[in-house]
Amino acid sequence: MHNFSLRHAALALLLAAVVAGCSKEAPPPASKAATIKTPEVLSVKIGSASPLTGPQAHIGIDIRNGVQLAIEDANAANIEIGGRKAKFEMVAEDDEANPTKATTVAQKLVDARVAAVVGHFNSGASIPASKIYSDAGIPQISPSSTNPKYTQQGFKTTFRVVAHDDQQGPTLARFAAATLKITSVAIIDDSTAYGQGLADAFENTVKTMGIEVLAREHTTDKDTDFKAILTKIKGKKPDLIMFGGIDPQAAPMMRQLKELGIKAKFIGGDGMQTPNFIKLAGNAADGAMASIPGLPKDQMPGGRSFLEKYKAKFNQEVELFAPMGYDAVMVIIEAMKRAGSADPEKFLPEVGKTNYQGVIGPIAFDDKGDLQNGPITIYVVKGGKWVPLETVKPSDAGGAAAKK
Amino acid sequence: MRNFLSMLQARNHWRWIAWGGLALLLLAAPFLIEALLGRAWVRIADVALLFIMLALGLNIVVGFAGLLDLGYIAFFAVGAYSYALLASPQFDLHWPFMVVLPLSAAVAAVFGILLGAPTLRLRGDYLAIVTLGFGEIIRVFLNNLNRPVNITNGPQGITLIDPLQVGGFSLAQTHTFAGLTIAPVHSYFFVFLVCAVLSILISLRLENSRIGRAWAAIRDDELAAASTGINTRNLKLLAFAMGATFGGVAGGLFSSFQGFVSPESFHLLDSIMVLCMVVLGGMGNVAGVVLGAVLLTMLPEALRYIGPLQQKLFDEVLVDPSDLRMLLFGLALVLMMLFRPEGLWPSRRRRAVEKSHAAG
Amino acid sequence: MEIFAQQLVNGLVLGSIYALVALGYTMVYGILGLINFAHGDITMIGALVALTVAQLLAAAGLPVPAVLILAGGAAIMVCVCLGVFIERVAYRPLRRAPRLAPLITAIGVSILLQYSAALIWGKQYLSMPELVTPTRINIAGVQLTGLQVAIFLLACAIMAGLLWFIKSSRMGRAMRATEQNPDIAGLMGVNINTVITFTFILGSAIAAVAGLMVVLYYGIGHYFMGFMLGLKAFTAAVLGGIGNVAGAVLGGLLLGVIESLASGYIGDITGGVLGSNYRDVFAFLVLILVLVLRPSGLMGQHSGDRA
Repeated sequence: MHNFSLRHAALALLLAAVVAGCSKEAPPPASKAATIKTPEVLSVKIGSASPLTGPQAHIGIDIRNGVQLAIEDANAANIEIGGRKAKFEMVAEDDEANPTKATTVAQKLVDARVAAVVGHFNSGASIPASKIYSDAGIPQISPSSTNPKYTQQGFKTTFRVVAHDDQQGPTLARFAAATLKITSVAIIDDSTAYGQGLADAFENTVKTMGIEVLAREHTTDKDTDFKAILTKIKGKKPDLIMFGGIDPQAAPMMRQLKELGIKAKFIGGDGMQTPNFIKLAGNAADGAMASIPGLPKDQMPGGRSFLEKYKAKFNQEVELFAPMGYDAVMVIIEAMKRAGSADPEKFLPEVGKTNYQGVIGPIAFDDKGDLQNGPITIYVVKGGKWVPLETVKPSDAGGAAAKK
Repeated sequence: MRNFLSMLQARNHWRWIAWGGLALLLLAAPFLIEALLGRAWVRIADVALLFIMLALGLNIVVGFAGLLDLGYIAFFAVGAYSYALLASPQFDLHWPFMVVLPLSAAVAAVFGILLGAPTLRLRGDYLAIVTLGFGEIIRVFLNNLNRPVNITNGPQGITLIDPLQVGGFSLAQTHTFAGLTIAPVHSYFFVFLVCAVLSILISLRLENSRIGRAWAAIRDDELAAASTGINTRNLKLLAFAMGATFGGVAGGLFSSFQGFVSPESFHLLDSIMVLCMVVLGGMGNVAGVVLGAVLLTMLPEALRYIGPLQQKLFDEVLVDPSDLRMLLFGLALVLMMLFRPEGLWPSRRRRAVEKSHAAG
Repeated sequence: MEIFAQQLVNGLVLGSIYALVALGYTMVYGILGLINFAHGDITMIGALVALTVAQLLAAAGLPVPAVLILAGGAAIMVCVCLGVFIERVAYRPLRRAPRLAPLITAIGVSILLQYSAALIWGKQYLSMPELVTPTRINIAGVQLTGLQVAIFLLACAIMAGLLWFIKSSRMGRAMRATEQNPDIAGLMGVNINTVITFTFILGSAIAAVAGLMVVLYYGIGHYFMGFMLGLKAFTAAVLGGIGNVAGAVLGGLLLGVIESLASGYIGDITGGVLGSNYRDVFAFLVLILVLVLRPSGLMGQHSGDRA
């Protein structure tokens, strides 16, 4: 009996050793190129962390593609850092949108000696990972996490290139009041940190303007059937329906809205201002409105060409956050250029001083690492295309930061 | 597992030396792992230890008492949120972990009984769907209890949760001890190791106790067990409560380790994963369950090297590495079950049952 | 009242889709006692195959009915082959194994199907071409589309056909015999393997039809769509009494209506304390309540101890 059990124990140990062994041989030797002075070419690794599997993979892959495109562009531009030619390399990891995996991935990127990280997608992944990057002194720029707490933890390394909820929500509210002249609204969110944050910010501002909130409904980021909540909203007859969420929900919602014969207008945030929304909603898309931070794409130097380049390379439309991923890399590289070094310790202070014209518009950070108020443009779908309707400049949106 | 106990009792010097060696190896493990594989793997080892606790807890319910539970992660969630609410700026409470951790366990146990009570009459797969629903209900509540009164902070989650600390000594800081740098991942490794070893010992003792034998009787034939005078109701509730306690403790530790909790960590898929660990390792056998937990935590991480490996072998990435990784994982589940349907390391009792089945 | 009627209609249509998927769960469970976790993903494969074929053919300019029939046919063919293959490779060797072993292979197969689909179709949401412009029907203020009516009728027709088949045909009798006791049925000359294979063929074909309905109705497809759908359908099957065909349809329709009414009315009933975000909680509470009162589901006969 004893022998039997021991043999099994030995077998288990052996198995564990094999698993460990397999994994050991694969990782490339930790490159210390960033610190060694001898080679002519300075090799710089930039991490990309986002969900590449699971239900949100399409958005995570979009971010990674944005990062990859930026790195290829940077390599093609023969950038010099501190007098040496730099060669950039992407290290992409899959965090599965899972907070536990996110910390493992973060540690992996730190172990791989990346100079900076673009990620993560979910706030739930960005926040626990941020402690690990902060301990290692590596700057982290999230392209998409909108949870205000992300930058409020007192870390010097956390940045984001996405407007947080208190910037877009109030702008949408003012647009609804001033331009659409509505008196009542129904609000739906997708029960995620992003969707609910945006909807809450919108609701708070709308209430101060004397607009009546007739219904506040919730769905999830996995649902496709919204008939029940839309029917309820139909009974309340609002002028406008505002949705905090992203296109896989917004598009069928728009379809079902028309099927139920609801006359109210439909508006949302940057999560649905995507080509995919129009593709998925089909003929029903016309008339939908959505805001997105930045000037209209064709008014921006990099905007249009970015969309074309993306489509040519990946043979698909930009999903959502690829421009943010792209800009995050560029912000990092610009900071390295200014500091004349790819050593995080040296260029980290420069990231905070960013003043860069990106694909998404002007990028500058406040003292916490949040994106400073920039212009926000509101689009409408006309003839199967997003057409700019109105641009709200930061000076008009000054009150936004004061609230909450 | 009787041999394990007799091993302890036997005055065999070699055994003592072997156990001592194992203890030393485990003490040195985080530093060895870091030197060989990098710090990320120390973190993976930490997570594996947490999952050992979870899998052992579920093993009490599924393996010992034979109650199929598909919502086990709910107890992990309850424990994690109990800790988070009582030791974070959310309510500005910062109770010491010596109080919060047992409390998390107790709250989880209460939830275990809450789940168990209405489901006593249910069997097999009906129980599975109710437990699954229970898990989803807990998650939905955690996700939505931010209105009308903000309790859980909704999908935004709770940040800045206190780490484990005694006096001024916090596990979240890096300490230097006798020339050894002890980062948070190392300190937590030892805490989790102690808890995991305790869980293993408790599981082993339970299995051979009166309670454990009563559970086995209920698992094999509830009617017969009841007719021999076993109080099936209380014992089933006890199984749920005990299993939930393990989950609650693991949840509290997880909270302090991550410093952040949000409903995203407690999906149905996580419940299923813990169940896979139990079944794949060998239901009912403590050693097998531990093996299952370690294997299923490490396997997906080890498969991450597929991408670089592909690059090296073929000079280009042929198949999306993240997809390939999941495909291999799915394939591994199928193959392991096809070749070892009773689990990788089944309990002797179960093996005996299988043999008699095969013969008859 | 109008609103209430509309909510009922919404629920019935959603429920019809749940019911179609639930049929597959319930048939396999009845015969094998196995929760076929991969069934939702078979539906997903059916949906994506139908979507792809429809995209190709619609671009080629074929008339709509032809496109629909060909898309449905292709989906059924792929799903049936897949279902039979999965049964042969992943479940049949485990028929005598401990009860939870095939559950794990089912989860493994589910992951395999998802990521195979991810490799083939990518991970973006895909759009279904609008084959039929929705014809809006207005009955006493209740908005319907032709498609909704079709989905409901189809679910009822498939259920009726299936009930008739199981009751009256030779194969159906063999299925019932196998369900009651596979060993005895085998002794009586029923070829168990044929019966099980046939069950998978039938279940997968219905799943393919359900997949086609889903992409037609919602207009989008995604490699992960099978997960939630499967979960809801499984819930529906248990609610109705798993193993029972009529129960699966009843459970599906009921679950759809409960969800719809819960989303529509929880907020007003609780004075805004709980909202539509508690829809699933409500649905599961009803399930638990039903099971506490009737431990074998609404229409399930009390079977012996399967565990």
